Formats: sequence, C-alpha cells, structure tokens
Amino acid sequence: MIHTDYHWEIREREGLLVVRLAGEIDHHNAVRLRGDVDELLLGKRPRRLVLDLSRVDFMDSAGVGFLMGRYRLMQELGGVLAVKSPTPRVEKMLRLCGMERFMEIETDRKETER
Amino acid sequence: MKRTKQEAINFAVFRLPALSVNEGVARAAVAAFCAQMAPTATELSDIKCAVSEAVTNCVVHAYRERAGHFTVTVLLFPDRRVRIAVRDRGCGIPDVKKAREPLFTTDAAGERSGMGFTVMESFMDKLTVRSVPGRGTLVVMEKQFGGGAKRT
Ligand SMILES: Nc1ncnc2c1ncn2[C@@H]1O[C@H](COP(=O)(O)OP(=O)(O)OP(=O)(O)O)[C@@H](O)[C@H]1O
Ligand SMILES: [Mg+2]
Repeated sequence: MIHTDYHWEIREREGLLVVRLAGEIDHHNAVRLRGDVDELLLGKRPRRLVLDLSRVDFMDSAGVGFLMGRYRLMQELGGVLAVKSPTPRVEKMLRLCGMERFMEIETDRKETER
Repeated sequence: MKRTKQEAINFAVFRLPALSVNEGVARAAVAAFCAQMAPTATELSDIKCAVSEAVTNCVVHAYRERAGHFTVTVLLFPDRRVRIAVRDRGCGIPDVKKAREPLFTTDAAGERSGMGFTVMESFMDKLTVRSVPGRGTLVVMEKQFGGGAKRT
C-alpha cells in the first residue's frame, strides 16, 4: 500500500472553513490532498477558506501548486483563501514563490482565528 | 588562484524507480546521509526541498507515464561541502535555459508552479543542469555547510 503522509482537521463557522493540514505536502501527497480538499470545498462552499499550515513540516513547489489551485477554485466559488501559521521553513517557500500576492498569510505574530 | 580538486570523504548512491512515493524516500535518505556533516536545521531543510524538486521532476516530467529509474549521488567533501547529483534517462529538456526561468512549466494542466529550478537555485549555492533530448537529464547541486557564501 502506498501511504499518504498527511492528515487534517476542520472547524467551521458561518462561511468560514478552517482546515488544519499536518504532515508533508509534496507532489505525491498533493494528488490525494487536492481531491479531499476540493470535495470538502464543493460540499461546504465557504466564503473564506483558511488552510492552517502550522503542522506542515515539509512543503516544496508542488505544495505551492496545490495552494494556487485552491486559490483559483475559491475565486471561482466567489470566496477567498488564506493560509495560517506556516513554520518559518514553509513561509520561506511561500515568500520565494510570491504567494503573498494571491493570499493572505497569517503568521502567529498576529493570531486572528479562533 | 589555483583551486585544488578535493576528493570526497564519503559518498552514497541511491537508485530508485520513478514513483511518486520515492520523492519522500529520496529526500529523507539524502538528509540522513548529510547528518554526519552536522548541518543546521535550516541547511538540512533547504537540501530536502532541493532534492525533492529534482526527484519530482524525474517522476513527473522525465518518464511521464512510462516506467523508469533515477539515481541520486551524494558526495561529502572535507571542506564541509555537499554535492548532490540527480540523473534520469528520460525525455530530456530541449531548452534548459528556458526551463530554468521562474514560472516556466510545460505542464500547466497539472497544477505546477514552474518554480522547481528556482527553488533548487535559491536553496543551494550552485546548480548546473545538463540535458540531452531523448537521452536524459543530469542536475548537480552544491551547498557549503556552515557560513559558506550564499547567493540569494
Ligand atoms: N528531469 C526532467 N526531465 C524532463 N523535463 C524536465 C525535467 N526537469 C524539468 N523539466 C522541464 O523543465 C520545466 C521546469 O521545471 P520546474 O521544476 O522548474 O517546474 P515544474 O516541474 O514544471 O513545476 P513545479 O516544479 O513548480 O511543480 C518542466 O515543466 C519540464 O518541462
Ligand atoms: Mg518541478
């Protein structure tokens, strides 16, 4: 069996959906993660999707591709995507790829959710 | 100034089938091997990212739907430098200069960001790419541990 090294938890509140991802987001895991997250999105249709990355300990450019894909889907659904609490390493990847131009990056320096 | 060629003090060679599950295997194996150089956590995580990019390109682009293998060679040098070579025998890259540009991808349908080579270049000190269409691609990356000159 091919194992998939991520798991998640959700919280929701009028139009807000927070998904906390954990594990490694690479090309291998992104394939299934994308299917799972999109199913959730199309079912719940939140106005704001927050992906909590605090427990994601590895992310490469495939993870960036995954975030851009969800950004586009949220746009199609008339909502917005934000990411929350990336570790410094994951944040380095997000900034290198210019993700702050497409989505709000909430760092722990200003805790707004919950 | 004459730069004497150093001999590696240790090396490892990993040969794996181009399956996506081996992306994680390859970066973990390289990180475990590099641990003997006592890198910082940041240096190790930079290397894991760079290896993941090179290996993912073998899985996604080099062989497409066909089966194939890739080889990762890690060389450790006495001046605390690591050289990592990732080689495939896949389709090759017709225009390497263009492929290395940020955001360039030949797979727009696949949710690629086209940032793989840019990540390798920024997270390592040196990157060279050699490729022959129809024959395969060789990616060689180097990093100096502990205060090496870093171009960002
Ligand atoms: N090993 C390889 N064999 C054949 N083509 C390759 C290989 N590596 C890269 N390429 C080509 O170079 C392009 C750029 O690679 P790069 O890793 O920068 O971006 P990407 O793989 O398309 O997207 P991302 O890495 O962000 O998911 C690829 O789209 C592909 O056409
Ligand atoms: Mg790539």
